[in-house]
Amino acid sequence: MADPKITLGQVLHVAKLARLTLSHEEALQMQVQLDAILGYMEGLDELDVSDVPPTFHSIPMDAPLRPDVPERCSDRSETLAQAPASEAGGYAVPLVLEVDS
Amino acid sequence: MSDFPWQSAFEIRDQVAQGGTSAVEVTRAYLARVEELNPMLSCFLTIDHEGALAAAAQVDHGRGAGEALGPLAGVPIALKDNLCTRGVRTTCASKILGEYIPPYDAHAVEALRASGAVILGKTNLDEFAMGSSNENSAFANVHNPWALDRAPGGSSGGSACATAAGLASLALGSDTGGSVRQPAAFCGITAIKPTYGRVSRYGLVAFASSLDQIGPMARSVREAAQLLEVIAGHDRRDATSAERETGEYLTACGRGVKGLRVGVVRDLIDGLQDSDVRAGVVAALGALEQEGASLVDVSLPHAEHAVSVYYLIATAEASSNLARFDGIRYGLRVPGKDLTETYTKTRAEGFGPEVRRRIMLGTYALSAGYYDAFYLKAQRVRTLIRRDYDAAFERCDIVCTPTTPTPAFALGEKTGDPLEMYLADIFTLPPSLAGLPAISTPCGLSAGGLPVGLQLVAPPFEEEALCSAAQAVENECGLLGSHPPALA
Repeated sequence: MADPKITLGQVLHVAKLARLTLSHEEALQMQVQLDAILGYMEGLDELDVSDVPPTFHSIPMDAPLRPDVPERCSDRSETLAQAPASEAGGYAVPLVLEVDS
Repeated sequence: MSDFPWQSAFEIRDQVAQGGTSAVEVTRAYLARVEELNPMLSCFLTIDHEGALAAAAQVDHGRGAGEALGPLAGVPIALKDNLCTRGVRTTCASKILGEYIPPYDAHAVEALRASGAVILGKTNLDEFAMGSSNENSAFANVHNPWALDRAPGGSSGGSACATAAGLASLALGSDTGGSVRQPAAFCGITAIKPTYGRVSRYGLVAFASSLDQIGPMARSVREAAQLLEVIAGHDRRDATSAERETGEYLTACGRGVKGLRVGVVRDLIDGLQDSDVRAGVVAALGALEQEGASLVDVSLPHAEHAVSVYYLIATAEASSNLARFDGIRYGLRVPGKDLTETYTKTRAEGFGPEVRRRIMLGTYALSAGYYDAFYLKAQRVRTLIRRDYDAAFERCDIVCTPTTPTPAFALGEKTGDPLEMYLADIFTLPPSLAGLPAISTPCGLSAGGLPVGLQLVAPPFEEEALCSAAQAVENECGLLGSHPPALA
């Protein structure tokens, strides 16, 4: 069998970068599926595109800035109402730093 | 109401305007039909009785007060559940947003409200619009109304199903790589993927920002054209919204195709394995020719690479866009022992398998050491795909292909093999990558009674040409008047 396009170790590394936990079984299945997909994508190697510029924007357009004028934004309480936890007008998050009180 | 539920949006508006019926009466009738059939079809995730009846009452009140009615006054519409609706749950068919209630309306939703449309509810989709069969919804599988064991297509499968089954008059979907066109083809309706920038993405939950567009879905070309007129236009809240005047899409439907040069991607059509799809496309080309269009052979030599290019670019963008779902500001939170574990547990539990797979693929394609080989290379080949169209449009005004290689496949048929599912998108991906407008409209039925869709693609901002040509196809080989047999 040919070398895999992506190893189990790489799958676990990418999962860490993507902030996803995968069980051992999920990681194994992910490796097989990504390997098949990346194998198919090797078809791109037929093309020499070293001189072709990339297309990041399909429709050429300017990105004009709008006037820098203050305006009302959404209501804070309405926005915070969608947070899993909020406190004192802000998002409540798990403790990041230990502090002495 | 005559011909309920199949009467057109124009007929509903006229009836409401003339007092033949009230918007509330129309809304009640459609809501009752939704209640009756949704348990079988699963096309709606949220039914907004209260909001729909309030909007209808407002239309009736306006009429009573002698106010001018909007172009969609009293017309019942369904919205894909990745369009933000103020005060109404917007889930993206994901557990991670299962209870999310947006504090604002998407631009397209505001435009609909201003037009007098009545929003019945929010439709099912593949989670975060990632899928081609609607089987990636965290909540339920949508069924194709033409054959309940078949996929409705995806990702806007709920919107396509609701429209085809007469649960709504019109619907909005979103299209990143074919997500309005492919389900429209599978469910026998018309859908338009506008030019990138034609419709504001403000309030559309982002999947792949360089590709996403909101698109109209309807049972006829004229209704889709009318709906596009309502939602198109510049919006300063979307930095990629084009400063272009909205076209006269409805008028364009009546223009005919005399002198129109239709580009036929001959090798692709001759290579079709499915004889029903080939027959449908050939019939549509015959119809266009008969109406005065001329056929020109063109080729898209790099279209075969579109699946690779798309599934690198779209997943890379998705991995970045979906980083925002971390359990802090909205949606699900699964607490862990520290912040990092809270992120990883939330995302592992909140995202389904396909979304996780795409985030993984996209993260890999952008990661150190692989960016040039995958992501950048894909963006370079994307240029070649664009150039293919540039060359084709020197010889023709629109390019014609089927929308899909086959009619609707069976539910469960492709779920075991993600790559096989991706390959089914081969015809809808190239115009998406090039940012071009495209329409899918029915061009017949297969021997098994399933709809076949024709795709027409035009140069940037030439949606009018799509409407003219699709109308000619609809006149000759459309499905108007034939409805899903089980529901008629």
